[in-house]
Amino acid sequence: MRRENGGRIDRSRTLRFRFDGQEYTGHPGDTLASALLAGGVRQIATSVKLGRPRGVFSAGSEEPNAVVQIEEPFPEPMLPATTVELYDGLVARSLAGQGRLATEPDPARYDAVHAHCDVLVVGAGPAGLAAARAAAGAGARVILADEQPEPGGALLGSPDEVDGVPGAEWAAATAAHLEGLPDVRVLRRTTVFGYYDDNYLVAVERRTNHLGAAAPAHVARERVWRIRARQVVLATGAHERPIAFAGNDLPGVMLAGAARTYVHRYGVLPGRRAVVFTANDSAYAAALDLAEAGVEVAAIVDVRTAPGERWAARARERGIELLAGHVVTAARGDGQLSSVLVGATGDGGRSIDADLLLVSGGWNPVVHLFSQSGGTLRYDEALGTLVPGASRQAVQPAGAAGGVFTLPGCLADGAAAGARAAGPHAGPHAAEAPRAAEPEATNAPAYWLVPANDYSAHFVDLQRDVTVADIHRATGAGLRSVEHVKRYTTAGTAHDQGKTSGLLTSAVVAHALGTSVAELGTTTFRAPYLPVSFAALAGRDRGALHDPVRVTALHEWHVAHGALFENVGQWKRPWYYPRPGEDMETAVLRECRAARESVAAMDASTLGKIDVIGPDAGEFLDRLYTNLMSSLKVGSVRYGVMCRPDGMVLDDGTVIRLADDHFLVTTTTGNAAMVLDWMEEWLQTEWPSLRVHCTSVTEQWATVALVGPRSREVLAGLAPGLAVSAADFPFMTWREADVAGIPARVCRISFSGELAFEINVTSWDGLRLWTAIMDTGLVTPYGTETMHVLRAEKGYPIVGQDTDGTVTPHDLGMSWVVSKKKPDFIGKRSFTRADTSRADRKQLVGLLPEDPGFLLPEGTHLVSTATLPEPPVPMLGHVTSSYRSAALGRTFALALVKGGQGRVGERLYAPVAGTLVPVTVTSHVLYDPEGARRDG
Amino acid sequence: MTPRPPGAHLPEHPDRLWSAAEPKAAYDVVIVGGGGHGLATAYYLAKNHGITNVAVVERGWLAGGNMARNTTIIRSNYLWDESAGIYEHALKLWEGLEEELGYPLLFSQRGVLNLAHSLQDVRDSVRRVEANRLNGVDAEWLDAAQVKEVCPIVNVSPDVRYPVLGATFQPRAGIAKHDHVAWGYARAAAALGVEFIENCEVTGLRVSGGRVTGVDTTRGAIAAGRVALCAAGHTSVVAATAGIDLPLQSHPLQALVSELLEPVHPTVVMSNAVHVYVSQAHKGELVMGAGIDAANSYRQRGAFHIIERQMAAALELFPVFARAHVLRTWGGVVDVSPDASPIIGLTPVDGLYINCGWGTGGFKATPGVGWCFAHTVAHDDPHPLAAPFSLDRFVTGALVDEHGAAAVAH
Amino acid sequence: MLLIPCPWCGPREEAEFHYGGQAHVAYPENPAALSDEEWARYLFFRDNPKGVFAERWSHSAGCRRWFNALRDTATNEIHAVYRVGEPRPVTS
Ligand SMILES: Cc1cc2nc3c(=O)[nH]c(=O)nc-3n(C[C@H](O)[C@H](O)[C@H](O)COP(=O)(O)OP(=O)(O)OC[C@H]3O[C@@H](n4cnc5c(N)ncnc54)[C@H](O)[C@@H]3O)c2cc1C
Ligand SMILES: [Zn+2]
Repeated sequence: MRRENGGRIDRSRTLRFRFDGQEYTGHPGDTLASALLAGGVRQIATSVKLGRPRGVFSAGSEEPNAVVQIEEPFPEPMLPATTVELYDGLVARSLAGQGRLATEPDPARYDAVHAHCDVLVVGAGPAGLAAARAAAGAGARVILADEQPEPGGALLGSPDEVDGVPGAEWAAATAAHLEGLPDVRVLRRTTVFGYYDDNYLVAVERRTNHLGAAAPAHVARERVWRIRARQVVLATGAHERPIAFAGNDLPGVMLAGAARTYVHRYGVLPGRRAVVFTANDSAYAAALDLAEAGVEVAAIVDVRTAPGERWAARARERGIELLAGHVVTAARGDGQLSSVLVGATGDGGRSIDADLLLVSGGWNPVVHLFSQSGGTLRYDEALGTLVPGASRQAVQPAGAAGGVFTLPGCLADGAAAGARAAGPHAGPHAAEAPRAAEPEATNAPAYWLVPANDYSAHFVDLQRDVTVADIHRATGAGLRSVEHVKRYTTAGTAHDQGKTSGLLTSAVVAHALGTSVAELGTTTFRAPYLPVSFAALAGRDRGALHDPVRVTALHEWHVAHGALFENVGQWKRPWYYPRPGEDMETAVLRECRAARESVAAMDASTLGKIDVIGPDAGEFLDRLYTNLMSSLKVGSVRYGVMCRPDGMVLDDGTVIRLADDHFLVTTTTGNAAMVLDWMEEWLQTEWPSLRVHCTSVTEQWATVALVGPRSREVLAGLAPGLAVSAADFPFMTWREADVAGIPARVCRISFSGELAFEINVTSWDGLRLWTAIMDTGLVTPYGTETMHVLRAEKGYPIVGQDTDGTVTPHDLGMSWVVSKKKPDFIGKRSFTRADTSRADRKQLVGLLPEDPGFLLPEGTHLVSTATLPEPPVPMLGHVTSSYRSAALGRTFALALVKGGQGRVGERLYAPVAGTLVPVTVTSHVLYDPEGARRDG
Repeated sequence: MTPRPPGAHLPEHPDRLWSAAEPKAAYDVVIVGGGGHGLATAYYLAKNHGITNVAVVERGWLAGGNMARNTTIIRSNYLWDESAGIYEHALKLWEGLEEELGYPLLFSQRGVLNLAHSLQDVRDSVRRVEANRLNGVDAEWLDAAQVKEVCPIVNVSPDVRYPVLGATFQPRAGIAKHDHVAWGYARAAAALGVEFIENCEVTGLRVSGGRVTGVDTTRGAIAAGRVALCAAGHTSVVAATAGIDLPLQSHPLQALVSELLEPVHPTVVMSNAVHVYVSQAHKGELVMGAGIDAANSYRQRGAFHIIERQMAAALELFPVFARAHVLRTWGGVVDVSPDASPIIGLTPVDGLYINCGWGTGGFKATPGVGWCFAHTVAHDDPHPLAAPFSLDRFVTGALVDEHGAAAVAH
Repeated sequence: MLLIPCPWCGPREEAEFHYGGQAHVAYPENPAALSDEEWARYLFFRDNPKGVFAERWSHSAGCRRWFNALRDTATNEIHAVYRVGEPRPVTS
């Protein structure tokens, strides 16, 4: 229930929320857990396997029990109620193991930000604040991150004073001071969840969650911080350790420090009558504070026969019964705690009525990030826990994270760590530690497990319902490694990733095997430290920003004229331009006809273009292409193929020679970046002596292919100064000319077999050129589909469609493009390998279905028999391209077929939808094999 | 008591698995590496070939390498005949494996979708489906609407960056529980007499007169008539001790899981272009794989930007995942070969056999590999299904190029 | 995300770089003179050590230069970077 006063909550405002259908209220500063405890709710969740009721166990992100589903304002699965800041209108419900995803798209935004700093301090408890203050005081650029909404850490949950003022006030003032410094950034609600190589840490900042429906839509809900820090101080505190005893999962069983936090920070009494079960001194403070706040503390059960003298005295002073050398043998109750069985041995004993049982088995430094950083962990016998050992990166633990468990110790340790981290920045006055009262000496041997005969209700992992008995089954099955036990029992794999149970699991295994935790070790600490939403990690790299969209200078025109687009690499290319009422097939046949019978134009700007410049450019290209490029005359153009060293086709395109020392190379659309990389790699790593530079100029040029028997006429009209006759402007040459009044480079090349010109202008002028061409009223625009049909009719392969990384130029019937004269070029040596020189390799051929109206699906395979044998059926090859041809008046296909070049005229069969379709093998050149059309 | 969510329970493991052994002085066969492949090989050596004086020598805890870290996707719809042969053999074995091993493997044939996002993806997919069918592998081509029917949460809207144009579907494909598989093999092999030596790293191969004679380990030397390498990401390191170079590069590969969620994802979805592979495991967690780190590394840990990229891709295809949480990420070290296909067979050293190069996709092959590799070791002759994967192919050029082919390698 | 010290630009995020595998694998002087086995070694066989590895990187989203690095593949620590053509530095 709620105390009259106290706590860091704002009682002047009331927040309304619903849980499991019930209305409750709370205040700003509450978590869902504290508000529910204040409202008298004990059961928050139901355990996944055994269906047992579960309550609030902790007061922080280590919570193993109280996981809830958020339903409104927007569904979010599985959050610990101890981490959900309360807001007006929150609707949540208890969970029984599985969360629920929303069915609607998430309307929130997410983002990421990069930051660099000298010192990153993780955790704004006493040690972290002292560290940040010291580092900042020494002039370092500091980032201080803490997952809580306000700085203070453990100070928020205790009455301790620092520098003579209440700890929470000191924390607020210190944070305010830090925020006033120009080079310090204080991040609230920010969990550092991953620690990677080279001091790269990732954090998530929850920016609007706590505002509920009032969250402004323009602010990213969560933001990932990618931080590169010169030095890191990990002041991540400690988690209190549970003890395994019968019934330790009942609602009402709670970590002692957590109860203290509920009292001080949230002004909530988590119960009325309490028993405290401890193996160390820290729980005494909790007992006294609770008693002070009005909870009846029935007894302190201390496993030690000789508890700390002064604490014991104070407990007695307060009238609290102290049962030294005793243990809690069972927690009992129906659905929630009602009594505690206490005895001097493992079983039985005296029953004490209580609705609250505080447990403290000691404290575990939060070593997760330290371990992730590559640092080693060491088992500290005195503390009974793992503490940071040697670090591999520039990182140091501070305070409780390093095994320092007193407030003055943490303040001093933090200040020293901050000063060290500031390193060369550290001035003479760098580190003066804040002061707090000296603590009393503690001695706290590790205590894990209350012995019993029956371990089936001694829970180790509360969320996974793993008991000591389950662990014994695992060790009994022969398992000796904690990793195996984890997998056998699923301990440590739940939402909390074993934050409170991990070490306990190891201890129970060690106990069962008669070894020690030090020997056995623990399972690996993996990122993320806390669960992080998928959306936060995806950030803004979604939708249109998932991958850049590249469009050409003519894109608007294509859109305005109803083009449908095809994604080619990152580019949007016009696929075809349907007219009203046309389907794809009709549109493409029309576009093809225009190109073969009249004139048509395509936006070819996406082809990669690379300027290759330098005195050795010709030599360089000779080494890369299979054919000779250095002999190309200025003014001429040559088609070329590049292979990988293994002889397989890498890319193809044209090479034009602009000057003695200047070539322009074109690549396929999808491979432009790869080919530039390829060239630079060879130049820089193998042939640095070649004087050549390569520059991508793809975006600088807009390119229009003007294709068809009437293309010359259209070009002549647009470029009156250009001599366009076949004699004046021969095939495979280029000219400079004004086209439509725009300075242009015009190439006479053809990817369709028709008379064709490729007109290049600067991108700025692209749209003007295209519009001028279209304004002639003669020219039909066409897209990639028509381009594919036209080239296929001529047997021109498309790299990546008719090749798949296993095809040589010879396989493509292009031995003519492979120089026999050059001593070497990339790939040459591979052609003579046993498999690469086989006569029956798959080779590119044409196919004519015997039914001229039948369109073979691309990807169809070919067999030699008219009936199919039982699988596996020997396959001869497959259809790479298949179209309806306006020019041929029928369908046709290209295929890669075993020994295909020797099979021309053969009949093969294509299994299509259960039938075998007869096809005839032909040359891969089906249209105009004589090449009569290219001059118009 | 509230009813428990479906899948909250996994079947219990047996009360008895295997016992850790102390190394003996000599074995007929020493298997280096106690991952899935090593365990399956041991089992089939004993079961199919009667060779039971076998030790599986494992550097860490048994099956704690990639076997414990993979996303458990099982399928056999590979493009090339050679691949279809061995993966389909494996899938057929999967179909009887629970009975064979007497262990609940949670083998769930929920089907695998491989999405196509470009016209070329579509061509490649159809090619693969058709090849699969002729090879006797079940396969279908689905259009976007049919994809939606199989997996309603896939975003098939045309206005995403790379819309789903369709998918290949292999209904017999699916997932299994990796630990159960490993332990099932270990338990069954143990029952046949195979020994498991854990926390024992092989530091060198002993070779004399061109023949392997044993291994040096961190727990002493062990003599062996034959040695079979099943060291996955560490194969190069072990082979190098016998002077054998392999065309392998080791890279970190990461994966992650979410919290337990109510069932939303009934199948397995893989996409190459928008790099995602995801399924929802039996208890309800989303299991998702990420890409490999580009640089060679033996750290069982990848870079975080790979995970971020992965999440962006996941949300492109599955917008409903937005508020799911990443609970845990991890990495394994995978050995990638030049053609993304395994290397199985004899080596220049007599009595030394290799099985490696499975890269990002060897879990699904576990029973098939075990079967074929055991045969190879027992007969000193490659099993016919393994023969195309010999080391020799890099010399002749007869690669089995699953890189170039459309199939995603996982 | 490694922090890779480009010898031309200084330390930059790994995402700016492109990996190029083993360094110091020269294109053979005369491929035609090699046996198929030797040629296969050039094509496909690269060292894969667990430990220090001389490897190539290209600062593809920066200066676009290739350079070499000595990195420990067991820890990811970069011991040295050096320009193409420079000899492999001696590190302890
Ligand atoms: C994140 C991830 C996701 C994956 N997803 C899939 C998937 O969905 N589907 C799929 O089919 N495949 C997948 N894989 C690949 C699959 O895991 C591997 O191909 C397969 O596990 C390799 O065979 P293995 O099980 O024997 O390997 P491992 O389990 O790695 O076994 C090798 C063993 O050798 C041991 N070893 C190494 N060196 C030594 C030595 N010197 N001495 C002794 N022991 C040694 C190792 O410790 C290890 O236990 C994935 C891999 C990863 C990392
Ligand atoms: Zn640079």
